[in-house]
Amino acid sequence: MKIGFLINPVAGMGGKVALKGTDGEDILRRAIELGAVPAANSRAEIALALFREAASYHYFYAPAGEMGGKLLSENGLKPEIVFDPAEKTTADDTKRAVSLMLEAGVEAIVFAGGDGTARDVCSVAGEKIPVIGIPAGVKIHSAVYAKRPKDAGMLVKNLLQGKVKRYVLAEVMDLDEDAFRNNAVRAELYGYMKVPDDREFMQDRKSGSSGSDTNETLDIAAFTVNGMIEDEIYLIGSGSTTNAIFQTLGKEGTLLGVDAVVNRELAGKDLMESEIKKLLLDHPKEKRHLVITVIGGQGHIFGRGNQQLSPDVIRMIPRENILIIANSSKMSALFGKTLIADTGDPELDEELKGYFPVITGFGKKIMAKVG
Amino acid sequence: MNGLTRMKKFHQARWNEPIIYELSEPGQRGVLVPGPCCECASKEEILGTLPEHMVRKDLANLPEIAQLQLVRHYNHLSQENLGVDGNIDIGQGTCTMKYSPKVHERLAGSPKMLHMHPLQPANTAQGVLEIMYKTGELFKAISGLDVFSVQPGGGSHGVLALASVVRAYWRDKGEEEKRDEIITTLFSHPADAAVPIVKGYKVTIIQPDSEGYPDIEAFKAALSDRTAAIFFTNPEDTGIFNVRIKEFTKLAHEKGVLCCYDQANANGLLGITRTAEADFDMSFFNLHKTFSAPHGCGGPATGMVAARKELRPYMPVPLVEYCPEKGYYLDFDLPKSCGKIKSFWGVIPVVLKAYSWIMTLGADGLREVSRVAILNNNYCMKKILAIKGASMSFPNHPSRIEQVRYSWEKLKKDTGFGTADVQRCIADFGTHYWSSHEPFVIPEPFTIEPSESYSKKDIDDYCAVLEEISRMCYEEPEAVEHAPSNSTVHHIDHDYFDDPAKYSITWRSYNRKYKGYFEPK
Repeated sequence: MKIGFLINPVAGMGGKVALKGTDGEDILRRAIELGAVPAANSRAEIALALFREAASYHYFYAPAGEMGGKLLSENGLKPEIVFDPAEKTTADDTKRAVSLMLEAGVEAIVFAGGDGTARDVCSVAGEKIPVIGIPAGVKIHSAVYAKRPKDAGMLVKNLLQGKVKRYVLAEVMDLDEDAFRNNAVRAELYGYMKVPDDREFMQDRKSGSSGSDTNETLDIAAFTVNGMIEDEIYLIGSGSTTNAIFQTLGKEGTLLGVDAVVNRELAGKDLMESEIKKLLLDHPKEKRHLVITVIGGQGHIFGRGNQQLSPDVIRMIPRENILIIANSSKMSALFGKTLIADTGDPELDEELKGYFPVITGFGKKIMAKVG
Repeated sequence: MNGLTRMKKFHQARWNEPIIYELSEPGQRGVLVPGPCCECASKEEILGTLPEHMVRKDLANLPEIAQLQLVRHYNHLSQENLGVDGNIDIGQGTCTMKYSPKVHERLAGSPKMLHMHPLQPANTAQGVLEIMYKTGELFKAISGLDVFSVQPGGGSHGVLALASVVRAYWRDKGEEEKRDEIITTLFSHPADAAVPIVKGYKVTIIQPDSEGYPDIEAFKAALSDRTAAIFFTNPEDTGIFNVRIKEFTKLAHEKGVLCCYDQANANGLLGITRTAEADFDMSFFNLHKTFSAPHGCGGPATGMVAARKELRPYMPVPLVEYCPEKGYYLDFDLPKSCGKIKSFWGVIPVVLKAYSWIMTLGADGLREVSRVAILNNNYCMKKILAIKGASMSFPNHPSRIEQVRYSWEKLKKDTGFGTADVQRCIADFGTHYWSSHEPFVIPEPFTIEPSESYSKKDIDDYCAVLEEISRMCYEEPEAVEHAPSNSTVHHIDHDYFDDPAKYSITWRSYNRKYKGYFEPK
């Protein structure tokens, strides 16, 4: 198997000196001035220790030096060097590495970094090949990362040993670092990448399986479309779960944005807040619906990747017409936690507390608490 | 040799056994099929009475094999198998594996049972009807309910029967359209959520609170005048008995909602608490589980429906009744019935076995079954929780009824090995264990249910195996890595069972999908 291996050597440097990320050269310089030492390579090494033995019959492709080549060589894996980056690496180096790896025909990419790194990898690789993320950054909101470097190492080992049979789409998210530094959390959803479904190893045959996440998403979409009422407006988005509704409708939806549907036809695409308000005003309040999904590992329904849905917009829609849809695996991952509404308006957040049914399949809902 | 040492020396049999069609040799035969009896006409004459298109022109493609070769074939297959008769089967949690008395096979195999036909007139089937009727009478005491049907052929089928009765009830009340929702709980059996959807219902699932009980506030939020029924399993798959169950049924009844109790696994409740006392209107019991009939590898089985007498008009037809003039008879006169759930009357050998089991044990015996099952489980729980890396779900709620859902979360954190790895390892000890079905919310789960049939030594031996595997995970990771080494298959690729292009359940479809597949390319 051909594996791409990539480290963002500066990932995680800002965290220990309280800089909340290291995106951008100025911040990186400040981080170094404040005494930050590169940690990504040592995080990657923890993962590597777990899959080194399984790696002997596989081929690795990596950029030279701190971006992965050095670590692999030191551990006895002779990587194919895709290029030799300058001493100060940037986001462009990550993107370049990924595109050269794809050209070389790698079947999966293992990368160490933070949300910024995931974004860069995603911008080139998208959903083309599976990835495994070793968490090494300050901000880890992206679901493409394993919980800990050790877990990432186990996943890589399973992959190399041919034990990975299924993949799921995981979110790539990133905070706006400038806002984050000013204590405002504003996460955006940047896309999806394919990661191994490690639940594969614990699923049993006794009850049969409900099929893949993809099929379940389509079931959810079909159920949602089935329930659509004539002449009423449905705001939909953003995310891959909500986007499946458009697949069912046979329309082109916006993956990372909010669209509107009336009578199963597109009434607006990738709408801004002002456009949404205008559209909603054309319909009486009780005929306005909102279809959203749960975004990110923390269970956000508002405030992550859907900022178009401003407090004003949310207030224009009756509570009982807010339809939350999510895969059962996502809801299982959030078991024991409450969903979060972080609209930016504390009063509205308070109003949204309580129970919402979340649609997890055709005809299937789970009661979830927004806390 | 202690149990663990003995189990360590196990090795699974491997016979490379061909499929029986591959053993077929033209001209071989195992039995001479009797011809038509003397009063009947010749074979040709009988065939002549059939419409021409129903008479097949070619012979059926059946394997041709003599008795000795046939016995050898099935013996080989049985040796490559694992079941309650061959291993300490307490790892198959939620299934209530127990001893199925062998004498029941004799009863079920007697000509009196074997030669029965479902279309025989009732006056020639009094014995079988009496067993069906009296099984119901016994369940009056066991459940506190009034009317019974043994028609459903399994547990999930029992859920379907209940959902069908619910639909018939609301149809009669003129609210069939409006009442289109059913509420269940996350740790009820997954069939309680899945099956009503088949019946056209929308199902809402209630998650547990931190103690492991269904969240009553979420239940209140879900309950409405659209709710047709609630389907609750109790105790749930975590082994936790919902002691607040009557609060739920009270809230439901206030909205006119029907209450259905999944008692598929009643092994910890017999003689202790009943459906009626929890204020449920209906329930079903798995005769193949709690009541000792074998599971039969996914059937044939019996999910016996029990209901209050007010719901009799909506029960599946026919019901078995008795009156002194007619004796036992089948009552089809239920115009509001949900109809038939299954062709004919039910899986009678399973009913017979359960009837015999209950009659053998009596009321005191049934109570003893549950008490011993609970004792076994709590003993086993204490042993397992002492194993390094093991813990239980909902530790704030320490008491359990007849089973426990455990977790290897700590083992996974410490060693990287989780429940699937333990599962691979355990095959080396001649036994197995099962992790969990939906919902997959307990990390690295496993579910152990030591029913009343298992001795203290059985439980000790099984726990010793788990302890040994935990030790291996911490001390000999390489051995775990390569396990199983005494078994014959290392990793079963489950995807075949889900892929219509790959699975085949008949020789014909196997040939179609795999012809030439295994030939050298």
